[in-house]
Amino acid sequence: MRFLILAVALCLSPIASAIDSGQRFDDPALQARYERLIHDLRCLVCQNESIADSNAMLASDLRREVHELMVEGRTDAEIRTFLTERYGDFVLYRPPLRPRTWLLWSAPILFLLGGLTVVGLIVARRARAARANPHILEEEPDQQ
Amino acid sequence: MKLPLKFLLPTLAFAILVGFFVVGLGRNPGEIPSPLIGKSAPAFSLESLDDPASNVTPTDFAGRAWVLNVWATWCGGCRQEHEALLAIARDNQVPIMGLNWRDDRALALGWLTELGNPYVSVAFDPEGRTAIDWGVYGAPETFLISAEGVILKKRIGVMTPEIWQREFVPLLQAKAGAG
Repeated sequence: MRFLILAVALCLSPIASAIDSGQRFDDPALQARYERLIHDLRCLVCQNESIADSNAMLASDLRREVHELMVEGRTDAEIRTFLTERYGDFVLYRPPLRPRTWLLWSAPILFLLGGLTVVGLIVARRARAARANPHILEEEPDQQ
Repeated sequence: MKLPLKFLLPTLAFAILVGFFVVGLGRNPGEIPSPLIGKSAPAFSLESLDDPASNVTPTDFAGRAWVLNVWATWCGGCRQEHEALLAIARDNQVPIMGLNWRDDRALALGWLTELGNPYVSVAFDPEGRTAIDWGVYGAPETFLISAEGVILKKRIGVMTPEIWQREFVPLLQAKAGAG
């Protein structure tokens, strides 16, 4: 039982950790919006971290900026635009759909279609072979 | 001889993959192209590093091309490029404004006394707000701004005399020739 409680507590602990206590909203809805925004923005110094996760000076400056823009009443879209105007699309973890990113966004579908085509071709070829030689799919007769 | 598709397709796929690697590995992931190139330089008015009572702003250079160099005493690359900046300043082709980013005033002034001062003026940005407007993410960074106030070029990382000659001087001369 003690083990179970410990396990549950350990599972919950990352949720409680926060990178800084500098900026917070009293309103839980606003705080959630803030958290969502900063998790979706890339820290440009340590490129595989969001500004929510990074300890870099720039990340904390950007968190402050996002916080202030929210206090000013800007929308999420306006805040993202503010940052992309300065740092480019790279600052967004979810790049916008535009001609330059069509290939990026459609890649999963293209890969899926490619895979399905290959599977289809193989199945068709085997079906053809089976029609030409109906015994090909039959099990080998027992040798005994 | 006709090669079967079974060999041709994987070879083609591999060739495409290699193509991506060749292009990708040649790039520096630390260099993120700035969306500010070709746009108007963001305005600011910051305290002067050596005199808190006076302000430094891009309009100080109205009508002439200038360089903005982002630096800080905590930045190793800035120490490395300092000699190159002093040489550019000696050349006297273009005024350099410093943007002292997220730094301590006393330390920054000490640095300029110790290493020499290539800057016509230095804007003091201890909170990094102007740096964000300029899309700065890592010092040193160096911008070239045209006489019309448009950002022509941004160098991310250490400036060297070679890079200055190769990438900045031609832009300056082209602008001077056209004007």
